[in-house]
Amino acid sequence: MGSNAAENHPISFKYVTEAQQNGAKMINVDPRFTRTSTRADIYASLRSGTDIAVLGGMIKYILENKLYNKEYVSAYTNAGFLVNKKFKFDDGKFSGFDAEKRKYDKSTWGFQLDKNKVPKIDRTLKKRNSVFSLLKKHYKKYDTKIVSKITGTSEKDLIEIYKTYAATGARGKAGTIMYAMGWTQHTVGVQNIRCMAMIQLLLGNMGVAGGGVNALRGESNVQGSTDQCLLWHILPGYLKIPKASNTDLTAYNNKCTPKSNDPLSANWWANTPKYSVSLLKSYFGEKAQKSNDFGYSWLPKVDDGKDYSWFTIFDNMYRGDVEGLFAWGMNPACSGANSLKTRKAMENLDWMVNVNLFDNETGSFWKGPGVTPSKVKTEVFMLPACVSVEKEGSITNSGRWMQWRYQGPKPLGNSLSDGDIIIKLGNELKKAYAKDGAFPEPIRNLKWDYLTHDEYDPHKVAKEINGYFTKDVTVKGKLCKKGTLVPSFAWLQADGSTSSANWLYCNSYTEKGNMSARRSKKDAENKIGLYPEFAWCWPVNRRIIYNRASVDAQGIPWDKKDWVVKFAGKQENGKYVSKKWLGDVPDGGWYPLENPDGTQRKDAKYAFIMRKHGHAQIFGPGRADGPFPAHYEPIETPVAKNLLYPKQLQNPVAVTYSTDSDKYAKSTSKYKIVCSTYRVSEHWQTGLMTRPQEWLMEMQPQVFVEMSEELAKQKGIKNGERVVVESIRAELECTAIVTKRFKPFKIDGKIVHQVGVPWHFGWRWPDSSKDASVKEDSANLLTPSAGDPNTRIPETKAFLVNVRKM
Amino acid sequence: MSKSFFIDTTLCTACRACQVACKQWHDLPAEKTTNRGSFQNPADLSFETYKLVRFNEQVIDGKLNWLFFPDQCRHCYEAPCLEVADDPTAIFKDPATGAVIFTANTKNLDADEIIDSCPYNIPRKAKDGTLAKCDMCLDRVQNGQVPACVKTCPTGAMHFGESDEMLSLAKQRLAQVKGKFPKATLLDSDFVQTIYLTAHDPELYSKYAIASVTNKGIIAPMLTRQEALQKMFKPFIAAAKELV
Repeated sequence: MGSNAAENHPISFKYVTEAQQNGAKMINVDPRFTRTSTRADIYASLRSGTDIAVLGGMIKYILENKLYNKEYVSAYTNAGFLVNKKFKFDDGKFSGFDAEKRKYDKSTWGFQLDKNKVPKIDRTLKKRNSVFSLLKKHYKKYDTKIVSKITGTSEKDLIEIYKTYAATGARGKAGTIMYAMGWTQHTVGVQNIRCMAMIQLLLGNMGVAGGGVNALRGESNVQGSTDQCLLWHILPGYLKIPKASNTDLTAYNNKCTPKSNDPLSANWWANTPKYSVSLLKSYFGEKAQKSNDFGYSWLPKVDDGKDYSWFTIFDNMYRGDVEGLFAWGMNPACSGANSLKTRKAMENLDWMVNVNLFDNETGSFWKGPGVTPSKVKTEVFMLPACVSVEKEGSITNSGRWMQWRYQGPKPLGNSLSDGDIIIKLGNELKKAYAKDGAFPEPIRNLKWDYLTHDEYDPHKVAKEINGYFTKDVTVKGKLCKKGTLVPSFAWLQADGSTSSANWLYCNSYTEKGNMSARRSKKDAENKIGLYPEFAWCWPVNRRIIYNRASVDAQGIPWDKKDWVVKFAGKQENGKYVSKKWLGDVPDGGWYPLENPDGTQRKDAKYAFIMRKHGHAQIFGPGRADGPFPAHYEPIETPVAKNLLYPKQLQNPVAVTYSTDSDKYAKSTSKYKIVCSTYRVSEHWQTGLMTRPQEWLMEMQPQVFVEMSEELAKQKGIKNGERVVVESIRAELECTAIVTKRFKPFKIDGKIVHQVGVPWHFGWRWPDSSKDASVKEDSANLLTPSAGDPNTRIPETKAFLVNVRKM
Repeated sequence: MSKSFFIDTTLCTACRACQVACKQWHDLPAEKTTNRGSFQNPADLSFETYKLVRFNEQVIDGKLNWLFFPDQCRHCYEAPCLEVADDPTAIFKDPATGAVIFTANTKNLDADEIIDSCPYNIPRKAKDGTLAKCDMCLDRVQNGQVPACVKTCPTGAMHFGESDEMLSLAKQRLAQVKGKFPKATLLDSDFVQTIYLTAHDPELYSKYAIASVTNKGIIAPMLTRQEALQKMFKPFIAAAKELV
């Protein structure tokens, strides 16, 4: 669900077909019958934007038929936690909703604590206020009848899907999900993923071989770029971004370090100060000293309560509040939702630096369709970047494997690697700020020594990311010399004696060498395809995260054949007396929770070590829109009423914007057809690398709109003719593909149509200046500036359009 | 000893990497195409397109299928094109692999006659009458490499190797998929060096998927020649039917 792996992640799909040959069943749920659907054992369609209804129905099915792994759920998840008695969910809203601010006060979403401030846990899962009881109550309404009315999926299909998938809850069985932008790009994007994660927890499918919730990334290094803090709200290694109110390092560390009084909770984030100080040491080197808070005051801070997401940056730009933009390796004129707004916003810039392989619709926005170049003041600088094969460095794949890649050919012409461009930029900034400038300290004090023979050296950066000992220290009884690489994050310190630009990657490049460059094809002893000496995986080369959930309380694998880790310590008189784990690097090498005789151990730790309370969160109190996912209609929905919550149509805290370019269509408007954007195998992203490639353009030459035979008939549209797809924001000319692969949905007794448009095209190529008959442009002209309240990812997978003949 | 392809369409996802790899290895130009209301593009094989994935939406037993058929030369053991041409400088069989090779001298042949002779409708002509089609990447194969399409296939649909090994692999796969697809079949497998495995009735994938159907519905003036070819193919067809 939410992905089309055969078309968009074809290599990943190879393993799906291999699993099928070994007897696995593949379920595919998608509004459209895709190339992935052709290989599915079970295919069912659903109306775009109704995934939580389908998944919520599955939770109900699992609970009512008792198909969950009770031992797992009780021991490893917060299902037994008792929730604050004031927590409520009424009329489609959680307790604490502030209608004016369109925000939740989350204070009632917490847990009941005992006198030691440890959550009260009922491992029998029976108490009225337990997460498990609340979960049952929350999804009680999600029966197949109502789910079918909302989604358009038949009850028969729903039951078949539920039955097949829930069977993976049996001990020793596993099920996995491959999702992508089909789940994330909704105003309930995060809750889509959470809902599946909850199912995986109920079925005991997290931490096991063949389990997990697998994000198929939109680009090969999305995992790596996120780990290294591409997003505004984090620093490298998922440390929180400092806020204005975190006035010094102590305040920051206090605010960002979770505290647990439960001796059984490892609460790994308690180490935050070690990681934040090591990061500051990496940024500012010798200039970072205890006496100056390790340079904490030089870090940029965000204003409390403000967001700096992509959407908001462009909204600010549209309002004229942004002077300059580095568009680096992206093409916002085509990739961002509501592209007309994005393109217009760029007209307000004084300058733009476009770093890319080729000129694109972003760098050339000033001469785009409907723009008068003489009226645009923006000065655009183009910095040609080389392609990935022309540079050395690493990428991190969706499985968190950091893989080193070598340089093939040298960069063409005057193009440079991103590393070289950044180094040169940094050098120039340092020169400029050496004399004067406002607040010059961060730039002057920045450690910037990544050159070898005057060229950017990716190895120096990789080592910096791993981290060094910054003085001779004795740790764990071992002398560590200044300037040597830190062996792993367990050695990082909060006193300034270590540096690490990303604690999660500490262990990737050590005195033993570059771990990510390893290429051994030897599998681990459990023979489940971990290949521990091929590349390197964060954290500490652990291939399956939370793998201690793959064993029961006594350390015995749920799955005897395809086990991930197992406890192999010695036992005497029914008690474990020595520690030893086999298989993958365990999530902490502590003793199992129980001895073989069933007695509890006091020196054990819960399996989910990154959670404050050590348990995976079926109840997730940290999200902006509620601790349990609830079905809400998209911001642009074809239905007038949310059948589950008649008083709450949409996510009450969904993000929308309010400029004159932010328009949203209602179900009563002329835009009644659901539309989704998507990709095809033959193109890549906004098509910048694929549109100039003639062999690919030969296969997918034009932007198209896929529609059902029924809709085509109704609109008098013939297969292959050019038509107009219009949203409340813009029009787009497309070629109609009339297909059996889209079928009209029956939603609460009424017919709802859905169409889809790929977003790989743009006006620059094919070049309309050479051929006036060519009118290709981005599908993002049509999409709304509506976003998820947690991530502000745009809702480009479910919005409203109309289709008409030219 | 000869070499064969085994194309397992039950694993094909129509990613079309094979179609591009073929163009790349043979340095063939892209055709100027438009979207005609289908993913299939170019519309057909051509002098510049030796390999084409055909897309067909078919409802079978009330269930929608999107059938993919990576179409290419079958390199027949006894190739009608070669026999009709009767000119080894234009069309010959590579003795080591059994690849049916068209040379520049095909320009001197009656192109339409050669095209019509092919029960799988594969060869295509240039404006000057020169013919072209899949050459089994003979240059690669002679240097110990598999054909470009096979090399690039990410799903395990494309295979290449010794003919007897390919046939036994095909039979093994057929046996494996029979449970799921009772109508699964190998197409003309005793007569060609490109063995297809299809899950459903081959006619649903391509009009010319098997020799036995190609001679139906051909336009009238061609009939005589078609009948002659049908006669030539009769033993094949009879045998194929027995096999099925």
